[in-house]
Order: sequence, then C-alpha cells, then structure tokens
Amino acid sequence: MADSNISVQGYINHHLNDLTIGEGFWAINLGGLGWSLILGTLFIVSFAWVGRKATTGVPGKFQCLVEMIIEFVGNSVKETFYVKDKLIAPIALTIFVWIFLMNLMKLVPVDWFPTVAGMVGLAFNGNALPEYAANYSFLERVMAHPWSYVSIAPTTDVNITMGMALGVFILILGYSIYYKGLGGFAKELSFTPFNHWSLVPFNLVLELVTLISKPVSLGLRLFGNLYAGEVIFILIALVGLAQLPLHFAWAVFHILVIVLQAFIFMMLTIVYLSMAAEKH
Amino acid sequence: MDINATLIGQSIAMAVFVWFTLKFVWPPINAAIEERQKTIADGLAHTDRAEKDLQIAQEKAKDILREAKDQGAAIIKQAQKREVKLIEEATNKANEERDNILAQAKAEVQAEKSRLREDLRKQVAALAVAGAERILQREIDDAAHSDILEKLVQEL
Repeated sequence: MADSNISVQGYINHHLNDLTIGEGFWAINLGGLGWSLILGTLFIVSFAWVGRKATTGVPGKFQCLVEMIIEFVGNSVKETFYVKDKLIAPIALTIFVWIFLMNLMKLVPVDWFPTVAGMVGLAFNGNALPEYAANYSFLERVMAHPWSYVSIAPTTDVNITMGMALGVFILILGYSIYYKGLGGFAKELSFTPFNHWSLVPFNLVLELVTLISKPVSLGLRLFGNLYAGEVIFILIALVGLAQLPLHFAWAVFHILVIVLQAFIFMMLTIVYLSMAAEKH
Repeated sequence: MDINATLIGQSIAMAVFVWFTLKFVWPPINAAIEERQKTIADGLAHTDRAEKDLQIAQEKAKDILREAKDQGAAIIKQAQKREVKLIEEATNKANEERDNILAQAKAEVQAEKSRLREDLRKQVAALAVAGAERILQREIDDAAHSDILEKLVQEL
C-alpha cells in the first residue's frame, strides 16, 4: 500500500528496518530477536509437550506430525553423520524446526504485522509517535509509530542468520577438539592439504579460510535467500491491485523456499559437524 | 541493517534451545518412536508365528481327520464282518435248534407210535382172548366162527 504521502523508498526502508533498542554494537533488533525467541519457545514448548505426553500406542495427530519431523531429521542425521553422538540430532532438529518457523513468518503479508503493531503502539504508547506525524491520517500515524517497525521475519535479519551460523561455528570447533583433541585439530589445520613442515603457514591460511568460510556461507546463504524474497514481497506490495495474483504466486513459491532453506541449513550443519568429527 | 548484539543474543538463544531439545524434546519422543517400532515389529513377528502355527494346526487337523476317517472305515468294515459272522452264527444256531426240535419231535412221534402199537397189541391180545373166549363159549360153529374171525380180522 504505497500511499502518496509515503515515498517508495520510505516504504521499502520501513519494511527492511527493524525496531532497535540501544546504541551502536550493543543494540538489539527487537523484532528479529523477539520473534526468533517467541518461535523458538513455541517450538521447544510444543515439542516438549508432545514428548511429555508421548504415547507408545496410537499417537495423536500432532504427535504424528512431530514424530514425522523427528524421524525425517533423524534419518538425515543417520545418513550423513557416522560417528555416534547424541548431541547432533537435537542440534539438527532445533535448527530445522526453528529456521522453518522463522522462515514461515515471511508468508504473513508484509503490511499486516506492521499495521497491527503500529495500532497497538498508538493505543498503548501514543507518546512514542514522532512529532512530525501529529497531523497525519490514522493509517499514516500507525505506520509512523516506531512499533510498526518491528520486523516479523527474523531470518531476513543478517544478525539472526549469522548468530545461528556463529553457533554452528562454535559447534564445529567444539566437535573438532572433542573428537580429534586440540593437538589433532591443530595438526589437521597445519598439515592439510600439503603434508610438509615448510608449508605449514600456507596450510594454516588455507585451512582457516576454509574453516571460517563455513559459517559465513551458512549464514549468508540463508540471509540472502530470505532477504531477497522479502524485497520481492515488498516490491510486489507496491504495484497496486496487481499485487494480489503476484503475491499469491510468490508466496506459493516461497513455501518451497522456506522449507528448502531450513533443510539446507540443517543439512550443511550436519555435514560440517560430521567433517569436524571425522578422524583422518 | 548493521551487525549488532542481536547476533550474540541469537547464538545464546540457539545454545539454550539446543540444550532444551537435547534434554526434554529428543529423548522422550525418540524413545516413544523406538518403543512403538519395537511393539510393531513384535506384533508382526507374532502374526508371522501365529500364521505358521495356524498352518501347522491345519495340517494336524487334516491328519487327525484323515486318521479318524480311516478308523471309521476300519470300524465299519469290522462291524460288517461281525454282522456277517453273527448272522451266520445265528443261522447255524437256528438250524441246529431246528434239527434238535425235529429230532425230538421225531423221537416223540416214534415213542407215541411204539406206545400205540403196544396198546394195539394189548388190545389185539385182549380181543384175541375175548374172541377165543366167545368161540369157546359158543362151541365151535363154522358159520358163527367165521364172522367172529372176520370181525377179529377187521379189528386187527
């Protein structure tokens, strides 16, 4: 809904920015982290609830769904991760479901949540409305309210995806050290691919780049896909009535993308961790 | 959008969620799934075994049935043999009885006959004596004698 009073650039900026608390590096993206926590909590609470009530007899429908997901993740882990490890499957499950839920929020029409959040903001925190918006129409005031900036799709925030990639990176380091020992890990970094002492510095540079490229590619892939999709959604929202079929088509396409990206993130995590755990 | 503390927050959240999943989500659900898989596998094995048992039982039943049939046939055969034998025996016995009765009857008839003959002889003797007496009483008369004698002859 591109009102004449709101420029296209402003509209896009409005949707791509998140409400932040704090200054500089220590700022927190409220929408991204908030929704990520809400969805993560939703995931663990609902799954733990199923786990608590899990029956070994005939399962209910929700338990069936949860078991299907668990079996799917379990099989993916089994096919890729050959070392016996009881942490890897929960990691994969958490990543898959959590990222899927965060991606899923992208299917909520782009203007819907900002409008609701802005209205709630106007109702409960009217003082936060900027000075310049005092004479705006209701809808414009809603959109000018800072709360309307709260983003609903966490995975379009590079902090969120890189945060998860950082988690995976720490896990890669942890797995490497746990399975190979500190010395083994250092040796692997120093003596591959060229097994000669004179090439240790060269190997180190090469291996460190490889190591660091893993989380970077992991996080940026997810972010790039989802952010690009979000931008398209926003652009579609700008074209007036024609947005309805376009939005529908893009949303249908995105059903594929959100599952696929969650799956890719999970799969790559498993692969990286299995590489870290493998002894050469 | 800048890199900021959200990144760290997300990493911490991830650690917490992974820990929670490791402790409270994965083990119970996985245990339930494995338990059910075991139950189903047991059930299938049980079904297999039951089917095999059924087959064996059917075979056994067939055997027993056949045996019973054979036995039945043997018994019927035996019974028939017995029947024939019984009839034969009865016939023999009846024949014997008949012969006995016949013999007895014959003997009785014979006895009666001899008795009657004895009686007759006694009567003839008596008659002869009576005739002789009469002849003696009338003295000898040819004409008279002849009719007596004739009577005597008739009475014999």
